[in-house]
Amino acid sequence: MANYKMHLLVCGGTGCRASQSDQLFENLKNTIAEKGLANDVQVITTGCFGFCEKGPIVKVMPDNTFYTQVAPQDASEIVNEHIIKGRKVNRLLYINPETEEHIADSKHMGFYRKQLRIALRNCGFIDPENINEYIARDGYAALAKCLSEMTPQQVIEEMKKSGLRGRGGGGFPTGMKWDITSQSKADQKYVVCNADEGDPGAFMDRSIMEGDPHSVIEAMAICGYCIGASKGLVYIRAEYPLAVERLKIAMEQARQMGLLGDNIFGTSFNFDIEIRYGAGAFVCGEETALIHSMEGLRGEPTMKPPFPSVSGYMQAPTNVNNVETFANVPVIINKGAEWFASIGTEKSKGTKVFALAGKINNVGLIEVPMGTTLREVIFEIGGGIKGGKKFKAVQTGGPSGGCLTEKHLDIAIDFDSLTAAGSMMGSGGMIVMDEDDCMVSMAKFYLDFTVEESCGKCAPCRVGNKRLNEKLEKICSGKGTREDIDLLRNLSHVIKDASLCGLGQTSPNPVLSTIDNFYDEYIAHVVDKRCPSGQCKALLQYHINPDNCVGCTACARNCPVNAITGERKQVHHIDQSTCIKCGACMEKCKFNAVFIK
Amino acid sequence: MEKIKSLADLKKIKADVEGKMNLRERSENPEQLVQIKVAMATCGIASGAKAVMDQLIQTLDKQQIPAVVTQTGCMGYCYAEPTIEVKKPGSEPVVFGYVDAAKADEIVEKYIKNNELVDGIIPVNYENIERK
Repeated sequence: MANYKMHLLVCGGTGCRASQSDQLFENLKNTIAEKGLANDVQVITTGCFGFCEKGPIVKVMPDNTFYTQVAPQDASEIVNEHIIKGRKVNRLLYINPETEEHIADSKHMGFYRKQLRIALRNCGFIDPENINEYIARDGYAALAKCLSEMTPQQVIEEMKKSGLRGRGGGGFPTGMKWDITSQSKADQKYVVCNADEGDPGAFMDRSIMEGDPHSVIEAMAICGYCIGASKGLVYIRAEYPLAVERLKIAMEQARQMGLLGDNIFGTSFNFDIEIRYGAGAFVCGEETALIHSMEGLRGEPTMKPPFPSVSGYMQAPTNVNNVETFANVPVIINKGAEWFASIGTEKSKGTKVFALAGKINNVGLIEVPMGTTLREVIFEIGGGIKGGKKFKAVQTGGPSGGCLTEKHLDIAIDFDSLTAAGSMMGSGGMIVMDEDDCMVSMAKFYLDFTVEESCGKCAPCRVGNKRLNEKLEKICSGKGTREDIDLLRNLSHVIKDASLCGLGQTSPNPVLSTIDNFYDEYIAHVVDKRCPSGQCKALLQYHINPDNCVGCTACARNCPVNAITGERKQVHHIDQSTCIKCGACMEKCKFNAVFIK
Repeated sequence: MEKIKSLADLKKIKADVEGKMNLRERSENPEQLVQIKVAMATCGIASGAKAVMDQLIQTLDKQQIPAVVTQTGCMGYCYAEPTIEVKKPGSEPVVFGYVDAAKADEIVEKYIKNNELVDGIIPVNYENIERK
C-alpha cells in the first residue's frame, strides 16, 4: 500500500474542467509516474473549490499551497520545482490584488477567511468518486446514528430544533415539512431532491452534487427514514452531465456497500434512489411543476393545496427538498441541532451558499454564516468591483429577486432581511453590477428570461411579462414615456397578485426594484432620452471632437455603413441618421476624437 | 466492496480510511500541530533526506503523533545535511543537522515526545524578514 507524502488536489468542477483541468490531471499523473513518484504523491480530482475566477485550481498538501490558473502544460513545472525540489512555483500563486503580494496558502486569502463551509464542507477536499473519502469525513455516520439510536420523530424534532430552512428559495422550515409528510398515511411515500437549478448565474447545487454527492444521498435516506419513504428521486437537469455522472457513481458505490438498498445498517429500513431528468425549465424548480414533469406530464404548476406532502408524485405523499438543504442534514445530525442553531441570525440558522457573479473580482462559490453583510460578501470575500469601478447594485435571488443598492450594503443577509429590503434570498445567486450597467437593460435581461421560461398556464404571467418586456424595450430604444413607467408598475402588481406559482409571483421583482431604487435612471431614459451608463445603443450618439480630429480618415474607412464624411486632413463628421452605433470608429481613432454623448 | 451491516462496520471502515485523509485533514490547521520541514534541495537529497522524511512519516504514524511533514528548499546548512526543522506548537523552530534514520527516531522520541534536547541542534544564526 502506497504511503503518500503529498496529495495534489485538482479541481474537477465543471468550471475548471472547461479550462482543461482534466487534461492537467492527466499530465500531473503522468509526470509523477515518469519521475517514479507514483507511490509518494497522490493526485486526486475533487469538487469545486469555489474560487472559480482563477481556475483551474491545484492545491498541494501538506504545505497547503494554492495554485491558480494552472494550465495543462504547467504540470511538469509543478512536479519538477515544487514536488522534487520543494520550491513553490511563484508565478502560479494567487496574487493579492491590493498588496500585489503572492499568497501561498488559502488560509490567508480574503476569499476564504470569512467563509464557513457546512454544505460545501467536502467540496474541494475529497474525491467525490470515492465513497471511502466521504466515510473518512464522518460520512454515513449520521444515517447510522438515526437508524440505530433515534426514532423518526426524534430526528424530525432535531431538524426542527436546528432551525434549518429550505435553501431553494422558499425558506420553509425543513423539519416542519418532514413532520407534515410523515403524518400523511400512505403505503408508498417519496423523497424528492430538487436539483433543477434554474437561475441564471447560480451553480451551488451543481457544485455540491459534483463535489460531494454522497452528502445528498445520505440526507435523502435520513429523510426517507423520517417520513416513512423507501424511494427517493433526484430531479436533475440534463444540462448537468458531470453532476449526473458523479451522482450515479456515488449511488452505485452506496449500493455496493449496502448503504442504499434493503436492510440498511442491518435494520428493517429500505431505501433506494432513482434519477429523473429534466429538460431544464425554470418553472420546474417549483415543486408541483417538478412533480408533474417527473410523472411525464407537462411541467406546469398546479394549485396548492393539496400540498405535495399530502398528494405529490403519483398522488403519494412527497417531500421535496433542495440539494443544499439536504447537504446540511448530515452535519446537523452529527454535530447536533444546538450547534447548528448557534450559527446565523435569530430566524435564519446556519450558513448559505452564494454564487458570486458579475462585475466582481472573485467570481465563485462561497458559503457564509447567515447574518454576514452584503458588504463583507462583495468587498471582502468577493474582492470588490472589477477594474476599480464603482459599485452600483447587486441582484440577489436571480430573476425572482430584486436589486439592492449602496444603502443596503450593511444589511445582515438572511431570509427575512432580504425580503424586507425588497429582494429575496432565492437559491443564492448574486450578480454584482457596476457603474457601467444600465438598470433598465438589467430588468429587461431578466424579463427576457422569464418571458422565455413562463409555462404559459396563467395569462397574467404569460401575457403580462411579455408586455412588461415590450415596455422595457420601448424605454431602452428611446421611445418610452413617463406613462410607461406607471404602467410597468401597475402591470407588475397585477402579475404578482394573479399568478399561480412562484415564477409569476416574483417575475416582476427586477422591474419593481429597479424602478424603486433607480427611478432617476428610468426618467433619464424617457425624458432626457439618455442612458446614463451608455448601455442602451439606441440612446447613444457618437460624435467627433473637432479639436482632436486630424482628418486621418481611419474612422471613415472603417465605418461599415459609410456614415462618416470628411476630406483628408479636415475634421470629420458622423451622420446620426445613418450611424448604427457599432463603435468601430471609436476603436480605430488614434487621437481620442470620437466620443459618446 | 464489503457490505456495511452495522454502525460497527462503518466505524471500522472509517478507521481504515481515515489515515489516508489525515495528511489533508491536518494540513488545514498546521499551526496546532508539530510541523517538520525536511530540507530537500539537491544537497539534502544527495545526503539522504528522502530516507529521513520516509522514516519520520512512518515513525510519527506508528506512534500516532499528529504532525505535518513537508519538504522545503535549501536551508543553507549544506555542510550538515540532511537538516530538518521542527516546530512544536507555541515554541520556536529548532533546526537539527546530520539527521539520518536513527537520528530521526531519536528526535521524535526525545524532542517531540518529551521535550528533551538532542545533539546536533544548529543554532539559528540568521534573521529573516519576518523577524526583522
